[in-house]
Amino acid sequence: MITLNAKIPDGPLEEKWTRYKNSARLVSPANKKKLDIIIVGTGLSGAGAASSLGELGYNIKIFCYQDSPRRAHSVAAQGGINAAKNYKNDGDSTFRLFYDMIKGGDFRAREANVYRAAEVSNLVIDHYSALGVPFAREYGGTLDTRSFGGVQVSRTFYSKGQTGQQCLLGAYSSLNRQIKAGTVTMFPRREMLDIVLIDGKARGIITRNLITGAIERHTAHAVILATGGYGTVFYLSTLAVNSNASAAWKAYRKGAAFANPSFVQIHPTSIPQLNDFQSKLTLMSESLRNDGRVWVPKQKGDTRKANDIPEEDRDYYLERRYPAFGNLVPRDVASRAAKERCDAGFGVGKTGLAVNLDFRDAIKKQGKKAIEEKYGNLFEMYKAITNIDPYDEPMRIYPAGHYTMGGLWVDYELMTTIPGLFAIGESNFSDHGANRLGASSLMQAAGDGYFIIPYTITNYLAGEIRTQRIEPDRSEFDEAEKAVRERIKRLLSIKGKQTASSFHKRLGKIMWDHCGMVRNGDGLQKALSLIHELRNEFWNDLIIPGSDEELNQELEKAGRVADFIDLAELMVTDALDRKESCGAHFREESQTSDGEAKRNDDDFAYVAAWEFKGEDNRPQLHKEHLKFEFVELKERSYK
Amino acid sequence: MRIKLKIWRQKDAVSKGSFATYELDNISPEMSFLEMLDALNKSLVEKSLEPVAFDHDCREGICGSCGMYINGYPHGPVKGLTTCHLSMRYFKDGETIVIEPWRAKAFPVIKDLIVDRSAFDKIMIAGGFISVSAGAAPEANSVNVRKKNSDAAFDSSICIGCGACVASCKNASAMLFISAKISQYSLMPQGRPEAKERVMSMVSEMDKQGFGNCSNTGACESQCPKQIKLVNIARLNREYFKAF
Amino acid sequence: MNKVLYSSISKKFVMALAGSFLLLFLPVHLGINLLLLREDPAPFNQAAHFMATFPLVKIVEIVLLAAIAVHIIWGIILQIQNWMSRPVRYNVRNRSETSAFSKFAFWTGGTILIFLVIHFFNFYFIKLGLVEGNADNFYSVAHQLFRIKGYLILYLVCFFLLGIHLYHAFQSACQTLGLNHRIWTPVVKLFSLIYALLIPSGFAYIALSICFFN
Repeated sequence: MITLNAKIPDGPLEEKWTRYKNSARLVSPANKKKLDIIIVGTGLSGAGAASSLGELGYNIKIFCYQDSPRRAHSVAAQGGINAAKNYKNDGDSTFRLFYDMIKGGDFRAREANVYRAAEVSNLVIDHYSALGVPFAREYGGTLDTRSFGGVQVSRTFYSKGQTGQQCLLGAYSSLNRQIKAGTVTMFPRREMLDIVLIDGKARGIITRNLITGAIERHTAHAVILATGGYGTVFYLSTLAVNSNASAAWKAYRKGAAFANPSFVQIHPTSIPQLNDFQSKLTLMSESLRNDGRVWVPKQKGDTRKANDIPEEDRDYYLERRYPAFGNLVPRDVASRAAKERCDAGFGVGKTGLAVNLDFRDAIKKQGKKAIEEKYGNLFEMYKAITNIDPYDEPMRIYPAGHYTMGGLWVDYELMTTIPGLFAIGESNFSDHGANRLGASSLMQAAGDGYFIIPYTITNYLAGEIRTQRIEPDRSEFDEAEKAVRERIKRLLSIKGKQTASSFHKRLGKIMWDHCGMVRNGDGLQKALSLIHELRNEFWNDLIIPGSDEELNQELEKAGRVADFIDLAELMVTDALDRKESCGAHFREESQTSDGEAKRNDDDFAYVAAWEFKGEDNRPQLHKEHLKFEFVELKERSYK
Repeated sequence: MRIKLKIWRQKDAVSKGSFATYELDNISPEMSFLEMLDALNKSLVEKSLEPVAFDHDCREGICGSCGMYINGYPHGPVKGLTTCHLSMRYFKDGETIVIEPWRAKAFPVIKDLIVDRSAFDKIMIAGGFISVSAGAAPEANSVNVRKKNSDAAFDSSICIGCGACVASCKNASAMLFISAKISQYSLMPQGRPEAKERVMSMVSEMDKQGFGNCSNTGACESQCPKQIKLVNIARLNREYFKAF
Repeated sequence: MNKVLYSSISKKFVMALAGSFLLLFLPVHLGINLLLLREDPAPFNQAAHFMATFPLVKIVEIVLLAAIAVHIIWGIILQIQNWMSRPVRYNVRNRSETSAFSKFAFWTGGTILIFLVIHFFNFYFIKLGLVEGNADNFYSVAHQLFRIKGYLILYLVCFFLLGIHLYHAFQSACQTLGLNHRIWTPVVKLFSLIYALLIPSGFAYIALSICFFN
């Protein structure tokens, strides 16, 4: 049985991190060389952690499933990265950034962690800038910022529409420097298939070499998961199609609690699904809502072309419902509003599952050139995919699964409930509550990797300096490897008729319909039974050609889909359990008379951490009650 | 749409490969090129045949995983697009599409259309970084960068490392790739202190990996999905001579 | 340091430098050839004699020969490396949009080399005394050669290819030497076009007018 101890340091909010750092234990340089750390994932948090820990002198082994660490999905982040620099002199501060995140997350995040994320945000910008990340600049040579995600200050640093790639390449470059220095060993094209515990502590992982199929053992004194989110559970999402939940799921099965699994952000501005074969939904940056106006026709089934519909027949529903924030309401609100209109039959396009994002007025007012400067590359991308030119016609957009606020439960030190197993970046749950604000994911991932984990893991490893290097021939590794091999054999031996992707697609539909933007008790119950049926069918009718001793992409997919099915069940269980609406989690049973989310702080102001209790048992819920000592709980209104 | 596919199939790095021919019906012009391949693979797997292996991940043109040589063009016949963004509407009904892996000594085939591009990583490990450790960075605005330089550095930095430049070059040269990186760093004051060491070690590693020599044909520029310019190569050359 | 000297970029640098030197020599040669158009053979033969005997020219000649040799040898080494960098070739011809001038530089250069060998046998080796012939009257040698239709055609084809080679050469050398500029590069391109048109046309004009009008 696990117990949740968040280990939040005492003292005033702004002193907690300093106090922690002052009292954390250290490891001498000579001892650091003797300590091994495994990191899984090479995105902003993983590559950042590997380089900063390598710089400290630890021995790092880092793994990714892609052919190169530079392809981790952090690469796809578009809009920007937040920091409380207050360069615009507009009243920003660490506290304001903290407050915006707490409020944006609908008061379901831990105060101390969020404040720390805001606190280290400035260091992240300094570091990336020093690493040569080409952030946008003013003519005077200083860094430029823009406003983002409906907050009232301009604190988002950016590199046109590809801040993610630029930050990731910065992280990749510092990773490379450590590889050259010999402190980091890189293992690309490896998939983590299990985590190995010795005496209850994380001591290594089992991986599969995706080229040869070899099952490999890797040992360490501590393991860090930086494996990202699980948004691909919806099949169609804005995530990379191969990104998966498997690493986090294996950790969960080995005893790491999984927190708030149902908190999934549905991003409002993605290119809608065009056909049944579609494999991916491409995001259109949130920044487009700064100038684009969202509308649907006032009449149901209006078949006129968008440009032929006169002003009086258009329903600018965000401006109508939320006059204060208009088109700039947070993501969860905008997504739900779009769904509401489409469900009511006002959607546009062939499928009726899309709304217009119109730049006509902005072009009229600012000129085509100004719009082109701001969004040129996004418009081109949109045209390349849809064959519609957004300069002439409105874009069509629809919400898509995007970011998972939920993840492995971690304490203040970013350690999971398994000693020695840490989770950073999107793979943990800690900083975004029930809804993430734009441009704060890069900020959190980088902060975790560069400026938090080096302190907290050192505090843990200080107690491990007498632990000899772990030998891979221990019986715990034998057992883990055996289990991994058995599962692969089991998957290969089904020899049914349906592909892993087809199961994934069906799972995605179940989750999208019943555990997506809007949820209710009946739907979630239905989803549970549908998932059960799907799981049975999967384990009886899956087909994988080829063997396990070669590059076998179907085998890779099948393992991931099997984990997604199990995770989906946990997500639904969590969503059922949380009978309130908060942030991205909207329960129809809990809404105000005008259809807005209704939070229930008396009964649900907690983090739901689920403990695995065996294949056939219901997971056990542990509650970490959230105490708000520094902010006042308020209704989150954008009216 | 109905299309005919001629695809390079190769079991592993050591096996000898050959072309296999497939026919596909019901291809929608709205599908992406990779979704068309998904459809092919689905039909193969359902018949218990090995699907065509290809690298892909983000499917939004930024991770650089995908890349195949389509009818004589890396990433296909449309400029400025990665394979994942290439739409089937650019092909004709009844067309035969020939798909080959990237070909270069430095990019050996691993399986079917998957090649090993770790040579790029090795070049980057050799010197593609600025040596600053976490914690050592000065306040960001204490280092000013001329906007013109910073914008130019950005234009160079958008390389996604897909390898289309190497695939398109008749000499399989990686000069556009490394010049983009060198340019980014040499245009920013942060990158100047170790500019000499960087260019020397990256070029030396590039030669070691077996890439060819640049002969200024410009194929890389025309096929780069991010449209990175040849001026970067001139800048690389300049940086190289300055480093003597 | 060895590594640096033999690196891909250094080799190309040497190639470009040697080539650029040859670019300087062509107008001089054209200038002397123009004397072939005069009816009096003396000025041409005097010029030829001057080129053969003046000490300073002798030094330049050695540099020139070295440049030719380096340009050829380096060109061949680079080309072999380039072939080796793609051991398995594509099945479908590469259709990437490229500059044909650069793409075929090795082949245009090769053809020019063949011409150069013939040219050396006809004139240069005679002057050096390696091959028998009339070293005192190159004027008449040239006139005789241009009246042979076969030779004339070969001559014209080679100078056409030289034009193509030169058009590539000028810009390529600038690119390789790292000389790239927002304003000056287009100017260089224009100049290289003029140069590539003017020099071969000059030589061709002399040959044609000797053959048909003299």
